[in-house]
Amino acid sequence: MSPMIHHIPEHLIRAYAVGGLPQGFSLVVAAHISVCDECRARLETEEMAGGAILEALAPDTATDGRDTALLAAVMAELDDPAPAEPVFVRSGIFPAPVMQALDGRPPRWRPLGAGIRQTILNSDREGSVRLLFIPPGEAVPDHSHNGLELTMVLQGSFHDETGAFNVGDVEVADGTLEHSPVAGTGAPCICLAATDAPLRFRRFLPRLLQPVFRI
Amino acid sequence: MDNDAESRLCEQTAWLIAVRDNRDRDAFARLFEFYAPRIRTMLARSGRFGTAADDIIQDVMLRVWRKSAQFDPARASASAWIYRIARNRHIDVIRKDARPVPEELYIENTAEPDAAGGLALDQESRRLREAIGRLRPDQRAVIEQAYMGELSHTEISEISGLPLGTIKSRIRLGLDKLRHELKDLRTE
Repeated sequence: MSPMIHHIPEHLIRAYAVGGLPQGFSLVVAAHISVCDECRARLETEEMAGGAILEALAPDTATDGRDTALLAAVMAELDDPAPAEPVFVRSGIFPAPVMQALDGRPPRWRPLGAGIRQTILNSDREGSVRLLFIPPGEAVPDHSHNGLELTMVLQGSFHDETGAFNVGDVEVADGTLEHSPVAGTGAPCICLAATDAPLRFRRFLPRLLQPVFRI
Repeated sequence: MDNDAESRLCEQTAWLIAVRDNRDRDAFARLFEFYAPRIRTMLARSGRFGTAADDIIQDVMLRVWRKSAQFDPARASASAWIYRIARNRHIDVIRKDARPVPEELYIENTAEPDAAGGLALDQESRRLREAIGRLRPDQRAVIEQAYMGELSHTEISEISGLPLGTIKSRIRLGLDKLRHELKDLRTE
């Protein structure tokens, strides 16, 4: 894999570490850290800080009796078998956290026009996260954002006004960026894209249809 | 190894290693007695009390016992490792979907446990604790809010300017270096 140039910004790694990111952004951060040792080191540094602060917290001593009873309950369970939990592993271009969001199955692509396809992985009131498939050389319609958009390349590449993005790279676009990403000419570009607001397309897809496509 | 305080791991990390290597129940009980009341404080900051907090603490501490084989003192202090587990479990409970977590970094058969790396990280972690102890009350309130408080990403403001910044960047450089060494191991 070529070295990554576009990483997750420090403040988003911190927000992930402390549990402050919506589900979609958390998925992009987890997917990028799965392939980026540098950002993994940043995350573990944030966790070192979190650990040091946890250690320095005043213990809740009003509940000593409660903790004693809980300790007894936990000690009694130590030999119980661990409950089975599904384990997801990387599959092809999809890192383990993406496979988890796909429930271990291959993506079910839905056409969006112009050969572009998507699979929505999660959508809630905090935003959405999807896989996008863009044919080589194809442009994603001009769009700007009400909020923040994080896009990680899983296969192929894309470029826009801000630069070129290859496998593992993450583009961070906020409300001020109006951009028209174009897929590279090699393999189709497959991206993991998360937003905390509906995208606003400038043309190509009538605004009225946006709720239908959920894009 | 001599018994100079600087060359000994902090006691929480030593307990966790005893749990990992010897399935030491007394050491586990000490970990519980140290962390359970602190995790309780952490959960109370985001409005979880009573049995709702009990359930998470129980789950976190059972995970500590069951997953201790994954603990590597060259990459995390016991507190950092347990902080991560507590955060993950807390968010799993808040959201209907499991929290996305990065792939584990598996290193094949590292010949020797990295004792030097563990001590180096432990010393940085000690400095981090001291720096937190020296913060002004208002600064401390800000970082406690950011790392322990209500989970909202908009209010996790710029805290890099606090005196923790330098120590954190040293830890990061140490972990970066470790990563590169591990990468060499992985590609050999």
